[in-house]
Amino acid sequence: MTDQSTTGSATSESDKTYWQANLRIIYVSLVIWALVSFGFGILLRPLLAGISVGGSDLGFWFAQQGSILVFLALIFFYAWRMNSLDREHGVEEE
Amino acid sequence: MDQFVINLLFVGASFALYIGIAIWARAGSTSEFYAAGRGVHPVTNGMATAADWMSAASFISMAGLIAFTGYDNSTFLMGWTGGYVLLALLLAPYLRKFGKFTVSEFIGDRFYSPTARVVAVICLIVASTTYVIGQMTGVGVAFGRFLEVSNTAGLLIGACVVFAYAVFGGMKGVTYTQVAQYCVLIMAYTIPAIFISLQLTGTPIPALGLFGEHAASGEPLLAKLDAIVTELGFNEYTAHHSDTFNMVLFTLSLMIGTAGLPHVIMRFFTVPRVADARWSAGWTLVFIALLYLTAPAVGAMARLNITEMMWPNGGIDGGAVTVQQIEEDPQYDWMSTWQKTGLLAWEDKNGDGAIQYYNDKSADMAAVAEANGWAGNELTKFNRDILVLANPEIANLPSWVIGLVAAGGLAAALSTAAGLLLAISSAVSHDLIKGSINPGISEKGELLSARIAMAVAIAVATYLGLNPPGFAAQTVALAFGLAAASIFPALMMGIFSTRINNTGAVAGMIAGLTVTLLYIFLHKGWFFIPGTASFSDADPLLGTIKSTSFGAIGAAVNFGVAFVVAGMTKETPQEIKELVESVRVPRGAGAAQDH
Repeated sequence: MTDQSTTGSATSESDKTYWQANLRIIYVSLVIWALVSFGFGILLRPLLAGISVGGSDLGFWFAQQGSILVFLALIFFYAWRMNSLDREHGVEEE
Repeated sequence: MDQFVINLLFVGASFALYIGIAIWARAGSTSEFYAAGRGVHPVTNGMATAADWMSAASFISMAGLIAFTGYDNSTFLMGWTGGYVLLALLLAPYLRKFGKFTVSEFIGDRFYSPTARVVAVICLIVASTTYVIGQMTGVGVAFGRFLEVSNTAGLLIGACVVFAYAVFGGMKGVTYTQVAQYCVLIMAYTIPAIFISLQLTGTPIPALGLFGEHAASGEPLLAKLDAIVTELGFNEYTAHHSDTFNMVLFTLSLMIGTAGLPHVIMRFFTVPRVADARWSAGWTLVFIALLYLTAPAVGAMARLNITEMMWPNGGIDGGAVTVQQIEEDPQYDWMSTWQKTGLLAWEDKNGDGAIQYYNDKSADMAAVAEANGWAGNELTKFNRDILVLANPEIANLPSWVIGLVAAGGLAAALSTAAGLLLAISSAVSHDLIKGSINPGISEKGELLSARIAMAVAIAVATYLGLNPPGFAAQTVALAFGLAAASIFPALMMGIFSTRINNTGAVAGMIAGLTVTLLYIFLHKGWFFIPGTASFSDADPLLGTIKSTSFGAIGAAVNFGVAFVVAGMTKETPQEIKELVESVRVPRGAGAAQDH
């Protein structure tokens, strides 16, 4: 994701830091997103086979319920974090 | 009271409610018609989006698919919820900041090209129409069954109802109608699940009951289920059997498709502020998760109930259910009821007066069958799509619960059909007519053309619903693949990369849509005409990749082509780079502009 443009105005540097901070939060969130679904739910399930959860294993739980709960937590975390990041960088809506 | 009368009362009362709300909230201006004047609270918006998005596939079909396959079909659960993470992080806030009414408007402006806008409209219409055909098929089957009329009559009645509130209501009518539909839908799904969870595990929360203890045996529910299905030669419920690569691709296709469906994205234009767009995606997933956390429990518990009903005396040793029992025991009334629909069938092949239900394709079972004198599986047909609707009857729940489930199934199918029709009508009137063909059209003329487009779309969908290109579930999976391969990559690149120019985006969308359509037609038949398929999903063209999983590959092609073509052509102009910069920060997101 390249970003070479500048608007030339005084706020553009701060906007850039804001965007970089946003991208960092997105990267981390997407790593967790992939880890709980494709990871724990499918590909890494054999590694979690030893941890039993109510008649099956942890991988089964992640595939059927756990991933959904983590997705929810991720979206609410992102909304909360970004809404405060907006204020820190003074880019919130009036 | 007769079950038919009760179904009619529940379905009739819920419809009176939806139509009443649509009339009460009738749209006045263009802005209200498309986006409810942007005055919708994030929680309300989340609830409406959830109803909009959870269709007949989620409500009627999904738990049945999980019940008979087990773990391998967790793909639906992860895929149809994980897409909201992509939507919330990568699209929703930026599209709200952009502040226009439709998805194709963003693509047209960002890629400074009327061609890009028209290509986006085509992608959108292809994906939405495919989806709405699946819904109309579902509407027809559900109406037909509960009103005890033919499939054709059911479909026509359903089309009239969708027409009534979508055409006359617009977005505002649809938003509040969909809030009501969500409430009906979620009650209809969870109430029978709570009853069944209490019966089987003593836990009132089905999602916890799934991992709880089977009250009758004292074993964990899932262990009990694994034991009884493997005794009959079926795959272990909790184990992984399908191809891992295809499973990953299918999940990814459903996720990207969810974030690329125009009628879902449009919802995030209707919240007042950028901050609300972020919360709204979260609330939507909360309301979806209430159903999605219950669905695996519904599936597992129904599978257990059905298997135990077929072997009522404690497994194979106790003997199978007898034909006499099915005909006379009131507990088995549901079997006769559903037999009439042709979606459930049994046959006493060996003439022993009992119905043996087992997996006759399993090598291990051959010896058992021979020793017992069985002549193959005698529960010859159990359509996956009847499971959720038949579930309350199987568990002997009160007749008002059965009526409620009927109303819920229809709410799911109708609300999605209405939302899709709205997306199609605004694409035609706002993007095609106002955006390209006749920019000088009056507000009144635009509203009229939106309504005409909706009427035409509903007529086309009803016609194709009468002669559907495939099962509803296949049609829906196809729609997700098409949205994944065309719309999502263009939107994401438009926000996250200033490098992608007009030519790159257009080439990407065309390449993604074309390869995906091609792959699907090769496996499902050209334009779904039977007998024209060159390959089958059992033995696909490329490795283990089924046509339903191809959306993820199509999306990769779209990204790749766009980057290569953009690298070879003229750089994005400065003012477009500034537009991208401004979309990235919430500051200055006012009310939407109408031009």
